[in-house]
Amino acid sequence: MENKSTKLVVPTMAEMMATGENPDVLFWVGCAGSFDDRAKKITKAFVKILNHLDYKFAVLGAEESCSGDPAKRAGNEFLFQMQAMANIEVMNAYDVKRIVTTCPHCFNTIKNEYPELGGKFEVVHHTQLLQALIDEERLTVSGGAFKGKKITFHDPCYLGRANEVYEAPRSLIESLDAELVEMKRCKSRGFCCGAGGAQMFKEPEKGNKDINIERTEEALETKPDIIATGCPFCNTMMTDGVKNKEKEDEVEVMDLAEMIANAIDI
Amino acid sequence: MGISNLIFALFLGAATFLFGKNLLIIRRNILLGRDIDRTDNPSKRWKTMARVALGQSKMVVRPVAAILHFFVYVGFVIINIEVLEIVIDGLFGTHRIFAFLGGFYDFLIGFFEILAFLVLVSCIIFLIRRNIVQIKRFVMKEMDGWPKTDANLILVFEVLLMSAFLLMQAADLNLQNLGAEHYVKAGSFPISSHFAFLFEGMSLETIHLIERGLWWFHILGILGFMNYLPYSKHFHILLAFPNVYYSKLDAKGSLTNMASVKAEVQMMMDPNADPFAAPPEGADEEEPQRFGAKDVNDLNWLQLMNAYSCTECGRCTSECPASQTGKLLSPRKIMMDTRDRLEEYGKNLDENSADSEDGKFLLDDYITREELWACTSCNACTQACPINIDPLAIILDMRRYLVMEESAAPTELNMMFSNVENNGAPWQFPAVDRLNWKDEH
Ligand code: SF4
Ligand code: SF4
Repeated sequence: MENKSTKLVVPTMAEMMATGENPDVLFWVGCAGSFDDRAKKITKAFVKILNHLDYKFAVLGAEESCSGDPAKRAGNEFLFQMQAMANIEVMNAYDVKRIVTTCPHCFNTIKNEYPELGGKFEVVHHTQLLQALIDEERLTVSGGAFKGKKITFHDPCYLGRANEVYEAPRSLIESLDAELVEMKRCKSRGFCCGAGGAQMFKEPEKGNKDINIERTEEALETKPDIIATGCPFCNTMMTDGVKNKEKEDEVEVMDLAEMIANAIDI
Repeated sequence: MGISNLIFALFLGAATFLFGKNLLIIRRNILLGRDIDRTDNPSKRWKTMARVALGQSKMVVRPVAAILHFFVYVGFVIINIEVLEIVIDGLFGTHRIFAFLGGFYDFLIGFFEILAFLVLVSCIIFLIRRNIVQIKRFVMKEMDGWPKTDANLILVFEVLLMSAFLLMQAADLNLQNLGAEHYVKAGSFPISSHFAFLFEGMSLETIHLIERGLWWFHILGILGFMNYLPYSKHFHILLAFPNVYYSKLDAKGSLTNMASVKAEVQMMMDPNADPFAAPPEGADEEEPQRFGAKDVNDLNWLQLMNAYSCTECGRCTSECPASQTGKLLSPRKIMMDTRDRLEEYGKNLDENSADSEDGKFLLDDYITREELWACTSCNACTQACPINIDPLAIILDMRRYLVMEESAAPTELNMMFSNVENNGAPWQFPAVDRLNWKDEH
């Protein structure tokens, strides 16, 4: 279900500043969303929705730098704090108040770990923003291609357990008139995809199975048409898992932003 | 006061003294940890303690274990009221000193009996789960040897204590019915009356002897059990409460920002700071602390308290994605290792001088690097722990030591670090390309 291609309007904070404007929200794209081929599609889908709604947002562009999450969780607190303080300086210079991000790792770090270092922002995950837009009736969604489809949602650890956001992604799935099927381990007991804590950047330790395979098997047990996620890293891990199980023709791994963009046919 | 009262007083005194001494050692060990401030938000802390520790709210995830544990827990707390009477009787040679409470006393004793019976049955089921059904989390590698024995000993202890109590009641009932001198007609016997027949046909003297025997067995058992606690995972019955009180209140995903690093980074980023400036007066008097944790004394006191509180239940490990896919890492083992090393560390302090080192460390001698690098920081362990223990905090502090003191991260992670440092992303892409996606189709 590839989304249509349209010209994206993506102003940077610097451009906005130059015209004396102030965006309603800063879209923190994150490194995966900026550079990873699969994750870029999520970024674009989300921007399409924002464009479609004429939502006034901006990005930092070249001024954005890694939030520091992988460095921190790998134990490199120096590097983390250097990244954090540099990012905070940039955002405070632009007087940023609200941030939305498609990456739960950036979401968690900026929301929970930046304040003490001088960066106090209101941070939301894109599923929360989309849900709020639907609640405000600024965004109307109907099922489209997803009507009646079986969809299971994989809780990203840094959205779910780490920050207790369980409902927004689920109510988005419900707004698609789809059938939400839960995995055995879900919500606060959700099972990690295997990418967190900087595991994304290294080979796993030896064991009898890769974590993403274990999780994919559990997802496939629900016999879904789509495995929905809300994290670029979970997306990669689950996509790899589905490929490993040779199910890529039957089961798609999609981010909720992509699903919403697809459903409103943009 | 007769001779038996004197003997009782001696036992009671010795047991209390020994227990107190061991408590002080554990307190000293915990305070070997670094400082951490948990004086904030007392009202939320009390509420958390009431809900999680007192109310056992995180146990319900596994309903069977939750119900059985609830019986044992309530039984244990309430039956201890009865111990008060036993102690007074023991010291002053009285019998059922609280019998004057009349109907209320009868109700209490009956209630204790029912609880004792529930505790007994629960412990037997627990023994079956551990040894016959062999539930997976109880038979994993780190449970081999002492931990397994410890778990079984606790259960056997409780079975024996509860049996002694119920049989003592049954004997007492017989003595009351036979009109034995000294045995006031008091109490109720909803459970033990069913066992009264065991004493049928015995002489009053024999029953009396058995009753006294059981009485001594019961109270000495309790005193012994109390002194067993400091060596056992059963110590959680005391530490679970403060442990939950002081537990982390922030969002689970929030990891601490190291204050020592913050000071240095701020200095580096401040264009006006003079890197060669003399440190402020008195700043270098103390030896600089290690970054992160190599040994138990690099951890903070809460992490050490966590280790002493751990019940070794394995709920953390059974939810851990690394453990569940056969990696070496087990969050329960992290806690058990920390306690074992802390005990060893403390013993070395006691046996040698205060600043003696035994050449061992928590890192490598107990917890291997392979275990540490397998963690995904998913917080499944902290979510699962019924008493809010945080294995992830220890793992992170040990990674910090490896990275910041030894530069010993796996190669791929070092590559990631240098990418972040040089181009602001974990991969080798320049920052100017951050917006390329905008025009790609
Ligand atoms: S945070 Fe680490 S130790 Fe805890 S459950 Fe997750 S992977 Fe296991
Ligand atoms: S850390 Fe908590 S969940 Fe894990 S074994 Fe100890 S008490 Fe159980």
